[in-house]
Amino acid sequence: MTTPPAGLEITGVTVRAKGQPLVEDVTLEVRPGMFLGLLGPNGAGKSTLLRTVYRMTKPDAGVVRLNGEDVWQRSATWVAQHVGAVLQDMPTEFPLTVRDVVAMGRSAHKALLEPDTKHDAALIDASITLQRLENFQHRAFRTLSGGERQRVLLARALVQQPQILVLDEPTNHLDIRYQLSLLSFLREVGVTVIAALHDLNLAAMFCDQLCLMNNGRVVALGEPEDVLTPALLWDVYGVDVTIQNHPHSGKVLVLPGLT
Amino acid sequence: MAGMVTLLLICALVGLMIGSVSIPAGTAASIVVHWLSGGLLSTPDWREAHEIIIVETRIPRVILAAVVGASLGVSGMVIQAIVRNPLAGPSILGVSSGAATGAVVVMRFGLVALGAFTLHIAAFVGGLAALSIVFWIARTGGQMTPTRLVLAGVAMSAVLSAITSLLVLTSPDPQLAARVLFWTLGGFGSAQWKLLPIPVAALILGLAIMLVQARRLNLLMAGDESAVALGLDVERFRRTMFVLTAALTGITVAVSGVIGFVGLIMPHIVRLLVGSDHRHALPAVAILGASFTIAADLVARSIIAPIELPVGIVTALVGGPFFIWLLRRDARSLGVVR
Repeated sequence: MTTPPAGLEITGVTVRAKGQPLVEDVTLEVRPGMFLGLLGPNGAGKSTLLRTVYRMTKPDAGVVRLNGEDVWQRSATWVAQHVGAVLQDMPTEFPLTVRDVVAMGRSAHKALLEPDTKHDAALIDASITLQRLENFQHRAFRTLSGGERQRVLLARALVQQPQILVLDEPTNHLDIRYQLSLLSFLREVGVTVIAALHDLNLAAMFCDQLCLMNNGRVVALGEPEDVLTPALLWDVYGVDVTIQNHPHSGKVLVLPGLT
Repeated sequence: MAGMVTLLLICALVGLMIGSVSIPAGTAASIVVHWLSGGLLSTPDWREAHEIIIVETRIPRVILAAVVGASLGVSGMVIQAIVRNPLAGPSILGVSSGAATGAVVVMRFGLVALGAFTLHIAAFVGGLAALSIVFWIARTGGQMTPTRLVLAGVAMSAVLSAITSLLVLTSPDPQLAARVLFWTLGGFGSAQWKLLPIPVAALILGLAIMLVQARRLNLLMAGDESAVALGLDVERFRRTMFVLTAALTGITVAVSGVIGFVGLIMPHIVRLLVGSDHRHALPAVAILGASFTIAADLVARSIIAPIELPVGIVTALVGGPFFIWLLRRDARSLGVVR
């Protein structure tokens, strides 16, 4: 990918649903090219926060800025030209093929009656190849496994040529091999990445910075060794952990229940 | 696509040949060529009566059937995309029943305020009114979701059918039931040249707008969250497409009554044939829908001639079993199982 990475600034963002805060006064910055991992228990507000970035949920207060521009002051098209969102899944009422789904990623870059060009086809092909989907491309999306779907949705986000990738629990349906290959891909992809993750050790291994959330608020933000501490993890998850260093990489390793 | 156009032309030609007086294919084709070229091509070697039948009766009837079929086909396809439900059709949003109710009100109370087209105008207004109410119900208390739309439409249709039945049953006119039945089951018996301009213009305009928006319609099939992430202002777009399909359906009901199953079935066949991409599927569904209604009309007026069946009976008798077959053969393609 040739696009320059974007900087993301989230300032004082609050989202409420029926009066209850889902995300409360969140401020964080993701510098261009950085890989930020968003951690926290279920219901911590990770998905909601990500939705404010790809312009799905409008914050009740606060501002989301991409390259200094308020995403809610720009059009949905503009945001889709800059932000590639990899969602957890996609509804499958219609018999769309894998290639149909990936090709949708080009929409934001096309004028209304503009036909698909060789350039579009080349991007779609490259993205399909990159995610090793060549043999699936004419199959119906809904016949794929969860992990295969996840790769299709990533391929779709990549043909958007985004400057930032937003991923909501991308490793959910993947086996360990694809988890590792996806996360190393995200490290190498060259654009800014913000991803909600569940596996603390994988997050520590691949992310530049981590943001730990609980009850809609940011509890800790910083380097993995500053965020993944026994005290913070006890506060947030209510579990005892021991922290060690990985024997080869030296990265933080979280071992549960061994105090 | 070439095959579909051929099918349409064959249906149209057979539609011109068959009727109370049958006219050989060669003659019918020559008369059409003669008529289209303004008398320049093909010398008349036929009876004048045949020419009058073809030009004054059968051509407008075939055109009307084609336009209605195409309109219902494209409306059905777009409605399925905007409510993201392949089981939806133009009738699901209450437009058809609203139009029928409008027409029945006019017939019941003998209103003729707006001249010869009173019935058609009432049908159109009824359709749009029903739609507006469905729209309003679906929007109350937050976002307009596909499920809310469908549920509101189903409820609206049920209420309107009840009102229509009530009007008919309490009518002093014993003939009303038969006339209303013809309206609620549809037909092209009223076809004449002066009826054609509005539905033809509506189809051309509607289809043009849909084709311009085809790429965006594709995004709706991926769900609202995906569509937003891919750059679509979902709610505004859905509202625009909703009004467009409602207007198109309202006009077709106004000229031909309620004809079921065309807008429900044709999109499925087209998706099996050319795939789901609206850039290809919309022209295909227009052609296939047109062919289907011409053929259905042919059956309706020839099977127990000289009595003419309402064409809606034919489309339901063909479409219903086909739908059931589709359901049994491939429930997945209808999205009813995962």
